[in-house]
Amino acid sequence: MLESFKNFLNSVSSPVTIFTSAVLVFALFVTFPRQATSKPAGLAVLLLVLVFFGIGLTDEHFRTIVSTPDNVPIVGLIFLFGYFTWYAMRKAVINDRRIEKGEPTVEQAETNEKVLVFPYLIFIEFVVALAYAVMLVLWSIFLKAPLEEPANPTVSPNPSKAPWYFLGLQEMLVYFDPWIAGVLLPTFIILGLCAIPYLDRDPAGSGYYSFKGRKPVIIVYLFGFWILWILLILTGTFLRGPNWNFFGPFEVWDVHKVVPLVNVNLSELIFIKWLGVGLPKLWFLREAPGILTVLAYLVIPPAILAKTVFKNVFKKLGAVRYSILVMLLLVMVALPIKMYLRWAFNLKYLVAIPEFFFNI
Amino acid sequence: MKMNIGKFITESQLYKSMFRHGYSTSERDRALSVMTNVFFHLHPVKVRKSGARFGFTWCAGGLSFFVFLTLVVSGILLMFYYRPTVEYAYNDIMALREHVPFGIMRELHRWGAHAMIITVWLHMFRVFMTGSYKPPREFNWVIGVILLVLTMLLSFTGYLLPWDQLAMWAITVGSNMARATPFLGHEGPGAALLSLGGIQLVHAGSDVRFALLGGRFVGAAALLRFYILHCVAIPTAVVVLMSVHFWRIRKDGGISGPL
Repeated sequence: MLESFKNFLNSVSSPVTIFTSAVLVFALFVTFPRQATSKPAGLAVLLLVLVFFGIGLTDEHFRTIVSTPDNVPIVGLIFLFGYFTWYAMRKAVINDRRIEKGEPTVEQAETNEKVLVFPYLIFIEFVVALAYAVMLVLWSIFLKAPLEEPANPTVSPNPSKAPWYFLGLQEMLVYFDPWIAGVLLPTFIILGLCAIPYLDRDPAGSGYYSFKGRKPVIIVYLFGFWILWILLILTGTFLRGPNWNFFGPFEVWDVHKVVPLVNVNLSELIFIKWLGVGLPKLWFLREAPGILTVLAYLVIPPAILAKTVFKNVFKKLGAVRYSILVMLLLVMVALPIKMYLRWAFNLKYLVAIPEFFFNI
Repeated sequence: MKMNIGKFITESQLYKSMFRHGYSTSERDRALSVMTNVFFHLHPVKVRKSGARFGFTWCAGGLSFFVFLTLVVSGILLMFYYRPTVEYAYNDIMALREHVPFGIMRELHRWGAHAMIITVWLHMFRVFMTGSYKPPREFNWVIGVILLVLTMLLSFTGYLLPWDQLAMWAITVGSNMARATPFLGHEGPGAALLSLGGIQLVHAGSDVRFALLGGRFVGAAALLRFYILHCVAIPTAVVVLMSVHFWRIRKDGGISGPL
C-alpha cells in the first residue's frame, strides 16, 4: 500500500508536473485568498505537508536527502515561509475587509498611539533573540556541521551542487546557458528588486498588510519568490541527482540512470524537420528565425500591452518606467516560457550561436 | 536591621556608573533608559503601537541583526583556530571536531549563516507585504537588497573555508558561472570580440573568474581570497550599509505605518 503510493508519486513526479501543479496551487491561493487563509484551510495544508513528511521519513532514501545537514535549513524554510505567507495574506484579507466596510485597517486604528520602546519593544526583541539563541544551540548540539573528505581537484562528486540558496540558479542551468542562468538572470533579479519602489509608487497600501489594492504587485512578487526561486531551490536540492538528472522524491539516486538527450535547437526544427532542407552555413541565416522570435518577444508584447491591458499602467508610469517594468516582467516570464518549450518540444536553444558562446 | 542586597548593589557607585538608570516605571525614566544606552538608542524613544507589534514586523529585521552579531562572535572565535592555507585549513577544521569535546562553535557559525539567509529573506518578505518600500523608504529598500546580496555572498565565501570536497566543488560550480559573464568571462558572449591586434584580452587567465579565484581553478589563492572576503571585506561593507540602513529607518519616520 505504502510502497505503491510512493511508486505512484515517483512515477508522476517530473519537472513539468511539479512546476505545473505548484503554479495551479499558487493560482488557487491568490484567487481565493479569503478561503485559503482561513484557519481550517491552513491547518489542512499543514497536516497534508506533515503527513507527506511523515510518510517520507519512513523511506530511507527520502530520509537521507532531507536530513543531509546542509539541507535541513531548507526543510525549516518551507514551514517558516509557508506559515508566514499564510499569515501575511490572512492579515491582508482582514484589512481588505475592513477597508471595504469603510473602517480603518488594524494598523491604522492604532497608528497614532505611541508606545515606549523600553520596555515594550525591547522586551519583544529580547524574547525573540533568546528564542533564536536557544534554537541555534539545540540545532548545533543535535546536528553536526558536515565535513567531507579533504578537497581534491581531481575527484568531482556527482552531483556537484552549489550552496542551497544558489540551487535555484543552478536549476535554471537546465533551461538556459550559464551566461543567462548564472549572470543575466541574477543581475535582473537584483535590479528588479531594487526597481520595485520606483515602479510601484502608489502611496496607498504603505505600512499595512493589504492585498486587494496591490493585487498585481503582490502576485508578481509571490510568484517570483515561491515559484521561480523557492520551488527551483527545492527541485535542485531534493530532486536532482547524479548528472543533474531528475529523480522522484522516493527514487534512489542511480548514477547510471539513462536519460535520452533529445533536445533540438529551433534552427534544426525549422530547417531540417519542417522545411526539409539542411542547416544554412552562415550563422545569421541559420539563426534568423530564432533571433527574430526573441526580438519579437521583447518588442511586440510591450507595444500591444501598452494599448490594451496595461493602458492605465502606461499612462501612470510614463514611457521610461513602463519600458523598464515590461522588460523586467518579460525576462521573468521568459524562464517559465523556456521551461515549457523544453518540456513540450524538447527545445534546446531558440538562438544557438556557439561561435560566440551566444545561446538563448 | 534587614540587609537589602538588591538595593545595596543597585545603589553602589560601581553599578550606577554602568547602568545610569534603574528599572523605574515613570515615563521619563523609561525614555532615559533608551537615550542613555548606546545599544538601545538605535531605537527612538517611542514607536507606533502598530509597528511595535510582533505580528507586524515578525522581528525579522532585528533578528537578522542579532544573528549577524552572533556570527561575528562565533566567527572571531573560529579565526583563532583556523589558518587559511591549503595545508592547514582542512586539518584545523578537523581538529575543531576531534579535539574539542562537545564543541559546537563551528555549528553555531554554520547554522547561524543558514539562519541569517532565512531571516533576511523573511525580513524582505515582510517589508514587501506591508508595502513598506514605498516613498519615502525607496532607497532604504535598495540598500536592503544590496545587504541581501552581501549576506548570500558572505555565506558563499564562507562555504569554501572548511576546504573539504563539499566546499571546493560547491565553489567550483558557483564560480564557473562567472566564466560565462558577457564580455568579462572567457566563455561569455562577446568576449571573443575584445582583442587587440589579434591578441585576446579576455582569456582563462584574465577574466572575471580569474579575478575572483586568483587562479584558473579553486586553489590556494582562492582560499586566501575567500577568507579575506569572508572575514574582512564583506563584513566591513555589511556593517557600513547596516549603519546606513538603520539610520535611514529613523530618518524616514521609523517602522512604517499607514499614512
